Amino acid sequence: MNEIKRHTLAVLVDNEAGVLSRVARLFSGKGYNIDSLAVGTTHDPAVSRITIEVLTDEKQARLICMQLRKLICVHSVKRLAAEHAIRRELVLIKVSAPTHEIRNEIIQIANIFRASIIDVATESLTIALIGDDSKAEAIQNLLDEFGILELVRTGMVALERGQYTIDEQTKEKGEFDYGKNVL
Amino acid sequence: MQMTGAQILMECLTEQRVDTVFGYPGGTILHVYDELLNYPGIRHILTAHEQGACHAADGYARSTGRVGVCFATSGPGATNLVTGIATAYMDSSPVVCITCNVDLPLLGKDSFQEVDITGVTMPITKCNYLVRDVSDLADTVREAFAIARGGRPGPVLIDIPKNVTTATTEYEPLSRSQHGKTGKLGQLMKRSSQDFKAPEPDYRDIDILCDMIRASEKPLVICGGGVVRSRADWEFEEFANRIDAPVGITVMGAGGFRGLNKLATGLVGMHGSQASNMAVDACDLLIAVGCRFSDRVALQPASFAGNAKIVQIDIDRSEINKNVETAHHIIGDAKRVLQLLNERLEQMDHTPWKDYVFSFKTVTEYDEADDRLTPRQVLDAIARIAPRDAIFATDVGQHQMWALQHLHFEYSGQLVTSGGFGTMGFGLGAAIGAQVGNPDKVVVHITGDGSFRMNLNELSTEQYYDLPIVTVLFNNGALGMVRQWQTLTCNGRHSQTTLDRGPDFVKLAEAYGIAGRRVTDVEQLEAALHEAIDGGRGMVIDCAIATDELVRPMVSGGGRITEFMVD
Repeated sequence: MNEIKRHTLAVLVDNEAGVLSRVARLFSGKGYNIDSLAVGTTHDPAVSRITIEVLTDEKQARLICMQLRKLICVHSVKRLAAEHAIRRELVLIKVSAPTHEIRNEIIQIANIFRASIIDVATESLTIALIGDDSKAEAIQNLLDEFGILELVRTGMVALERGQYTIDEQTKEKGEFDYGKNVL
Repeated sequence: MQMTGAQILMECLTEQRVDTVFGYPGGTILHVYDELLNYPGIRHILTAHEQGACHAADGYARSTGRVGVCFATSGPGATNLVTGIATAYMDSSPVVCITCNVDLPLLGKDSFQEVDITGVTMPITKCNYLVRDVSDLADTVREAFAIARGGRPGPVLIDIPKNVTTATTEYEPLSRSQHGKTGKLGQLMKRSSQDFKAPEPDYRDIDILCDMIRASEKPLVICGGGVVRSRADWEFEEFANRIDAPVGITVMGAGGFRGLNKLATGLVGMHGSQASNMAVDACDLLIAVGCRFSDRVALQPASFAGNAKIVQIDIDRSEINKNVETAHHIIGDAKRVLQLLNERLEQMDHTPWKDYVFSFKTVTEYDEADDRLTPRQVLDAIARIAPRDAIFATDVGQHQMWALQHLHFEYSGQLVTSGGFGTMGFGLGAAIGAQVGNPDKVVVHITGDGSFRMNLNELSTEQYYDLPIVTVLFNNGALGMVRQWQTLTCNGRHSQTTLDRGPDFVKLAEAYGIAGRRVTDVEQLEAALHEAIDGGRGMVIDCAIATDELVRPMVSGGGRITEFMVD
């Protein structure tokens, strides 16, 4: 119960100013560092989806979800269990590549990881990689010896496997809606 | 019809049938105050300070059950509301605060009296808004009121830049019944899985609780603030009588259950009675209605009601299993849940269990002092002389706990007190709000010398609007509650808690144009109370009580509920 592990939360929110800080402050208020955060609009332009990864114990993760659900700007919240979630992030890595040989070597590594070369210059290469954190970590370790000039990650996005969606009408959702909005 | 933002705001307040606003004008809210002159149906109470205005709106809301409204200008005007908003938030009181901000183009430029008040109040409001476009204003105000009063009530803040108050747009009047069908509120309702016309608790959950009650031999009910907010007094009393269970009352629940009902065990928790706390420890089923098990009630969550199955009835799902782990819960409005339970339950009898619980004390005996008034003497005199339906507003500290222990409240909204946030200085503002909202009732403001000094500038408001508030001041020349903690937990080292200084409260009251009386015995106190209450005039009655009187009993924070430090 008190074991600290990574929790992936998917949150649907109004696509409006200030919503992100309303969501983020629930974490800062309890002193948790958000491990990864990704925000973008969904197929409904009025709705954004936030994927948050946070390291905490089970009880606190549950508490944060309850507080999130209480916010008026939040439509739905779902905790994605590691075994049922597909998690991906995009990593861009700019590597130092001053010579022909080094460039070739880096390109080979990129190919093995099915990463793509998206920019080439005389002194550097930029690689784009899509994957989960283990893949990103592995390529990072290999590229370290060539000298990573810059690295940027989008933050993890995640969906549940199978036909389940975040919008399911459950008894619990009804219970939250009861006290949250308008009677 | 084309209207300015300020006009639309006034029209929307009229839509909500707001007839009273508490507030304080300023530079950015200029046009709103100008428009106020055209709306004689909205009475504005000018307080001495924005904090007083917010407490007054809160007191108005708590005592009437309607939404309280307050106005403040940008910058310091807005930040002065913050303590008041947090107080309302912690106690789930429906307050709508309207602040104005600098012109939109000036936002974010550190302009004169600019503050990001929506950012500041994010953690202490149910929701807040910065209205950037005048065409959103009407919908925003409608949504704000619905959210403030709906579900679990709470404060909502609307921040309107000054140039939005002068911008014009088309305004279409809309009756309140139509608000949920259009605009933002319509969208909000549509995406919810609940039918907000008539949301119903889950009947299966109700049946499960009925079975649990039937199986229980030692049930205990806790009356929390949710009973008061839902005005479920009648249903709650019927429920308690029917299952024949003792009832412990929390600070916020006071008034939800008649204190004189023979099932009442008194306050529960840190300053809970012996009977309440022993019952919590011994019961086999604890049913908490509208109670969030704060750390002042469930002092030690792990051992709290250790022999019982805990059932929580609450409107807010996020309160379930937050502070204590429960065996079962029902989500719903207290009034409706209790109605459904009452329909299903037969009359029960738990005489042996009650005999056990009531073998413990429900009230604390205080020694009679020879030269000074005791807290109990003061409160007994108030109870004798004040009408039965008098409203009591308290500040925070020892006097508050004494009032909760010794006054027996009879209906929801009779007690206005800052429970969750513990805001010293809340009382006078709240009393003003309660008196404005209930002009036919007597309002008694119970305070201590520490709390009273914090916001006593509102005496000028009391005087100007001729509000007959009776302030009873427990003057022990100390910050009594903190001093009590120092006595009990800091080896009696009293650091900065002695208030051996002015002012002379009687002279001060007179300076504000309010009668002041200093009393040292019961006879003088009764005479002063009669003079004030029978004469229908505001008064400050300064009662000298002993400096080292303690609130008893007391369980230490985080301690087992039956381990009394003092009894």
